[in-house]
Amino acid sequence: MYKIGVIGDRDSVQGFTALGLTTFAVSDADEAKDILRSPEAAEYAVLFITEQLAAECEHAIALHRYNRTPAVILIPGKDGSLGIGLSNVGKRVEKAVGSNILGD
Amino acid sequence: MARLNVNPTRQEMARLKKRLKTAQRGHKLLKDMRDEMMMQFLELVRKNRALRTSVEQKLMRAHGSFVLAAASMSEESMAEALMCPRQTVSVDVDVKNIMSVNVPVFNFSTSGDSSDIYPYGFGFTSGELDNAVFSLGDVLTELLELAQMEKSAELMSDEIEKTRRRVNALEYVTIPDLQETIRYIKMKLEENERGNTTRLMKVKDMMLQEQLEASQAAREARLAQ
Repeated sequence: MYKIGVIGDRDSVQGFTALGLTTFAVSDADEAKDILRSPEAAEYAVLFITEQLAAECEHAIALHRYNRTPAVILIPGKDGSLGIGLSNVGKRVEKAVGSNILGD
Repeated sequence: MARLNVNPTRQEMARLKKRLKTAQRGHKLLKDMRDEMMMQFLELVRKNRALRTSVEQKLMRAHGSFVLAAASMSEESMAEALMCPRQTVSVDVDVKNIMSVNVPVFNFSTSGDSSDIYPYGFGFTSGELDNAVFSLGDVLTELLELAQMEKSAELMSDEIEKTRRRVNALEYVTIPDLQETIRYIKMKLEENERGNTTRLMKVKDMMLQEQLEASQAAREARLAQ
């Protein structure tokens, strides 16, 4: 049995606590990196992380790039979406096909 | 194209021909695999993009309602209300095989009373908070679906890239190299064959010449007697 984690600033994650997800309220990107790098990360099937934090810890996220779990998924934080998650979708197409044929 | 560094022998040629056949068959198979994977991947990605857009919107709306809720309550009481969840969510991870790429399938289950997700009494909280929690709970299923899709797309894109490179390497390097080497060996062997024939003809000429001279000498000797 795996858990689901949410990493973000306090205001962005507190709602998820109420739903029964494991939340990590962090104040800066370094704390988020520590969570992503810690061995406990393997206990999670999915780690949601706010785009604001994700922008600063790309390397730590890339660590889980080729593993089936945890899936590190970007979600918009309380300050809105930065469009990173959506542009990553395009990047994947580019990687697979050679050019972004979906056109964005 | 570079010719492989091999001895131009018949045996070597037979070996290379076998390799060429294998390479061509592999190339065809990998190409088919790439095409099929690409098709499935693009379908997945299209869904993924649509889902992400809608999930992000819903999530933003949920965040918005949390802001509203926070405005009508003190920070402490809100944190307190949300602190102890009624239910816990856990996930079972299955593996699905899409064109020999192992992608995860998340089956999540909630323990606890799912009909009542509000982990607080209604006495001390505002109605906005109920809305906020409800709207967030609403997105959760889609969020998990999104997670599964994104991970699958990620893993598949790696695999497609690999397959694409293999196909190209076979098509543009291995197969032409082999073909060229085989042609080279064939030429070399034919050239040797021609060289041999010429040599034999030459030797035969020389031997005839010798015989002719010998018989002529013998005749002259007879006449001189």
